[in-house]
Amino acid sequence: MPDVFRKIKGSKRGNACIRTAFLSFACLSVWLPLILMVSASFMPKDELLWRYLSPMGIGMAPVRASLIPSYPTMEAFAELLFRSPGFFVMFWNSCIQVFPMLFGQFLVGVPAAWAFARFEFPGKKGLFLFYILLMVLPFQVTQVSNYLVLDRLGLLNSHLSLILPGIWSAFPVFIMTRSFEAVPKTLLEAAYLDGAGEGQAFFLVGIPAGSPGIVTALTLSFIDGWNALEQPMAYLKDRSLWPLSLYLPDIVQDKASVAFAAGIVMMMPPVLLYLNGEGELEQGVAASGVKE
Amino acid sequence: MKRKRRQAWLSVLFLAPSLSGVFVFMILPFVDVVRRSFLDAMGKTFMGTDNYGLVWKNEAFRLASRNTLHFLMTAIPLLFVLSLVLSLLVYRAGKGRRIFKTSLVLPMVIPAAAVVLVWKIFLCMDGILNQVLSGISGEIQNVDWVHGETAFSVLVVTYLWKNIGYDMLLWLAGLSAIPESLYDAARVDGAGGLAQIWYITLPCLQKTMGLVVILSIVNSFRVYREAYLLAGSYPDQTIYMIPHLFGHWFLTLDVQKMSTAAVLLVLAALAAAAVFELLLYGRNKERSR
Repeated sequence: MPDVFRKIKGSKRGNACIRTAFLSFACLSVWLPLILMVSASFMPKDELLWRYLSPMGIGMAPVRASLIPSYPTMEAFAELLFRSPGFFVMFWNSCIQVFPMLFGQFLVGVPAAWAFARFEFPGKKGLFLFYILLMVLPFQVTQVSNYLVLDRLGLLNSHLSLILPGIWSAFPVFIMTRSFEAVPKTLLEAAYLDGAGEGQAFFLVGIPAGSPGIVTALTLSFIDGWNALEQPMAYLKDRSLWPLSLYLPDIVQDKASVAFAAGIVMMMPPVLLYLNGEGELEQGVAASGVKE
Repeated sequence: MKRKRRQAWLSVLFLAPSLSGVFVFMILPFVDVVRRSFLDAMGKTFMGTDNYGLVWKNEAFRLASRNTLHFLMTAIPLLFVLSLVLSLLVYRAGKGRRIFKTSLVLPMVIPAAAVVLVWKIFLCMDGILNQVLSGISGEIQNVDWVHGETAFSVLVVTYLWKNIGYDMLLWLAGLSAIPESLYDAARVDGAGGLAQIWYITLPCLQKTMGLVVILSIVNSFRVYREAYLLAGSYPDQTIYMIPHLFGHWFLTLDVQKMSTAAVLLVLAALAAAAVFELLLYGRNKERSR
């Protein structure tokens, strides 16, 4: 076998070139759509109508794509931010629905993850498998159950109908557990030797050492909550409660020219969050990926 | 011994907030769902397994299950292999590694609703893809990519585009845990690049593999967002999946059908988990010998 492999092995420089070319192509598939989108968000209405009539669903005309706008303008952003009160309400709704959920996930998830990662108790493995099952099940399966509870509690058609079930999502617990498991045992033993109790070990050693995992879990939750589509569509009848993620799907045709700008504004918070916390996110994902 | 008892008590304390919510929002209502799956629409009369027979024979349910399975079986292996290849390339890319990594993870954080606008520029009847294709050969007819048979492939590609970066990060974490000395030793023995991957990298990544599969499945159901935003709630037959079905039953509040289907899906997930666990456990046992 190794002989065959050795024969295929080409020159070192050539290999590096092919690798870079392949990676650049992959990155291009990411950047091209983004550039198209940013460029479209700076186009005036006439240019948008001329270029992207069919994608906007208004009429039929050949797409005339462009990586730079011919007549760059902030018109669409101004229209969106100053003359579309509905957009603001939805942006605010998204914040009201997502941030309390994240806070709840932190309060509930961190201790649970610590227990899974650090304590020995009967039935631990089974319980953790149950959490994994909850995590894997698609929203639609738990939708019926959730709907029944929310209905019973009279919470349907309110912000709480998205916040409460979200708090007990199993996904952050899973990610944080993996990351707490990666905290070196020696660190904790040193703390115990110095006379720390279980509580002190958790607050003073565990949480700081596991913080990349916590940040990662909450960032991923934020991204998911910010994009939520199924939950608000199912639980919120009242349009004044709708989050930003429903603005674009529901955009009316005479507002279509601000669609691209709205897309840009909508993706800003998660993108900035990611670029800002990239290092921690990578560390957190790494911790979830490797068990000691 | 004393410490063990203490830990058991402490874990109850630490888990209580999480477990109580899971109990109220998941377990308790699921028991109700199971109960309802055996009752009639009014929730009064016991129907035995009639609902299960109805749902099992339901055309829409069969179509949706088949398509969902088809999607999982196609998209997840593709994602698995492609993200692994990309991570190997990124891992060995000296300069520009940072940029490649950041770029490839970026799609994960971009909201589906925003990027769907660009997909439409590419995929609509008068879109870029059709223009490019007819530029290559004038004889190719314009295709409505989103609403025809090609919808399935479109969905697979959007899933790959969105999730490849996250899986790549997982692989990269696994890769960086492999000691460089192993490769050095292999090189001394004369093993080439591919041989090193086959005999060192892949065996060392076994633990990461399980995680990649689980998280890929978790993310796979979110592809409904793209499907809905691109093709609406009545898409082409090939991408009519479980979420679409539940969406329709939910509109008519067909609770006993949804309950029955939910129970069936949980059973299916349990069966899949058992197989998965068996495969993993079996292999670990083999290795420990």
